[in-house]
Amino acid sequence: MLRLEKLVKTYRTGDQALKSVDMEVPKGQVLALIGPSGAGKSTLIRCINRLVEPSSGKVWLGDTELTHLGAGALRRERRRMGMIFQEYALVERLTVMENVLSGRLGYVGFWRSFARRFPQSDVDEAFRLLDRVGLLAMADKRADELSGGQRQRVGICRALIQNPALLLVDEPTASLDPKTSRQIMRLICELCAERGLAAIINIHDVALAQMFVSRVIGLRFGAIEFDGPPTALTPDVLTRIYGEEDWQATIQKVDDEDAPAEVVA
Amino acid sequence: MSAPSAELQAVLGRRWRKPPLIRRTWLRWALGLGALVYLAAAISSVEVNWSRVYEGLDRGGAFIMSFARPDFVTRGSDIWDGLMESLIMTVAASVVGIAISIPIGLGAARNIAPLPVYLVCRGIVALSRALQEIIVAILLVAIFGFGPLAGFLTLSFATIGFLSKLLAEDIEAMDRSQAEAIRATGSGWWQWINYGVQPQVMPRLIGLSMYRIDINFRESAILGLVGAGGIGATLNTAFDRYEFDTAAAILLLIIGIVMALEYLSGVIRARVQ
Repeated sequence: MLRLEKLVKTYRTGDQALKSVDMEVPKGQVLALIGPSGAGKSTLIRCINRLVEPSSGKVWLGDTELTHLGAGALRRERRRMGMIFQEYALVERLTVMENVLSGRLGYVGFWRSFARRFPQSDVDEAFRLLDRVGLLAMADKRADELSGGQRQRVGICRALIQNPALLLVDEPTASLDPKTSRQIMRLICELCAERGLAAIINIHDVALAQMFVSRVIGLRFGAIEFDGPPTALTPDVLTRIYGEEDWQATIQKVDDEDAPAEVVA
Repeated sequence: MSAPSAELQAVLGRRWRKPPLIRRTWLRWALGLGALVYLAAAISSVEVNWSRVYEGLDRGGAFIMSFARPDFVTRGSDIWDGLMESLIMTVAASVVGIAISIPIGLGAARNIAPLPVYLVCRGIVALSRALQEIIVAILLVAIFGFGPLAGFLTLSFATIGFLSKLLAEDIEAMDRSQAEAIRATGSGWWQWINYGVQPQVMPRLIGLSMYRIDINFRESAILGLVGAGGIGATLNTAFDRYEFDTAAAILLLIIGIVMALEYLSGVIRARVQ
């Protein structure tokens, strides 16, 4: 469904953020992208929807190659890739509903969006999604009135209303408490399963990733260092990705999944 | 706990001070002394003719005393006409100026405009800011003749320089991630501006616009002095005829209106956070 071929990104400063990354994500697969800060995780997912322009290589979304598309075609393809951000990236002075409906901007014309007169089907879908994440009552609140976990739920609705085939998720839990982090990860994974979406989730919390995803890719210095199921993440592998450290505690959490969750909460 | 390292031993017990802004001692002292010498030289170069000041005190006194009995009536219709002209000039120039400033402000923000557009818009801003209002007014009075048209054009032109520059700076300081999130949805450029940028800069735009209306009214009083119409012309005439009580009435009206605008802009700015 998504295929990266020899994807390279070199920033103007000369930093090579990605060194020839090859990767394939089948339909409906949720994978976690782990690695130390600066390994190129953020750059990788931004090169897919070209918020960052890749230097060379190819990105295939289904049968469409994205890296050579013109502005209009790129906008149409971006509609198929929902993005969820670190620190939520909601437009703070817009209402929750406007934030969710902004996910439809790629589908409606300028004047319609300017007048906030979205098609009734879009509005209904926005209400349905807000209800699904438990925020229906918040529809007319301003985004900056919500708590962190609530904001991220709105962010999820904004991505899903695009009706995407792929979710690009950048550190969704970076500024959330441990319990909310799990709830958000669970929500993302449930929604992906319900809708058959593939997802790439950048995440720092290895234990959390292991809990929810079926495949883990480890990035180090812009190259893929590990690609396998979460159970194959041994201390050796983590040392290869992150460097020397005592990894026993990190991995143990996975064995008894829900017991420590309550303690943390 | 292990014993403190040699490095730590060396600094323990040493006083700590904030590092000075200018590291080189001699440069620091030279700059300070230089500033003092310059200040002394500058003050001593101002010539004061004390006998003239003494004579002038009377006239100044008469002027200030006239504030106690401002005359709104004798030239009542002139004052009213001048005031209306000033207000019309202010509102018209502010509306036109703000309307033109918004696209130029967008173009002058480096993070959303391509380089050629940016350079053109920054050029317009620089030109407008380089030419002081009075100079523009003198030029426009020469072209369009005496009257409020010249004043209106001057204020519109000055508004563009002021508002575009500050709007562009606010856009450049906006939160990138909010705008990026809107771009990622596949929005068009105008949708991106409307959803991702406008909500972030709107409070500041409204606040600056209110402030500019305030400035434009005060400027409109000055522009009358060079013949560009408005209450300034009435004020100038009153001074020329030594009618200080009428001049006092005009000044009181200007002060009142500026304070009312100030209060109004304060209320509006508090509302739009």
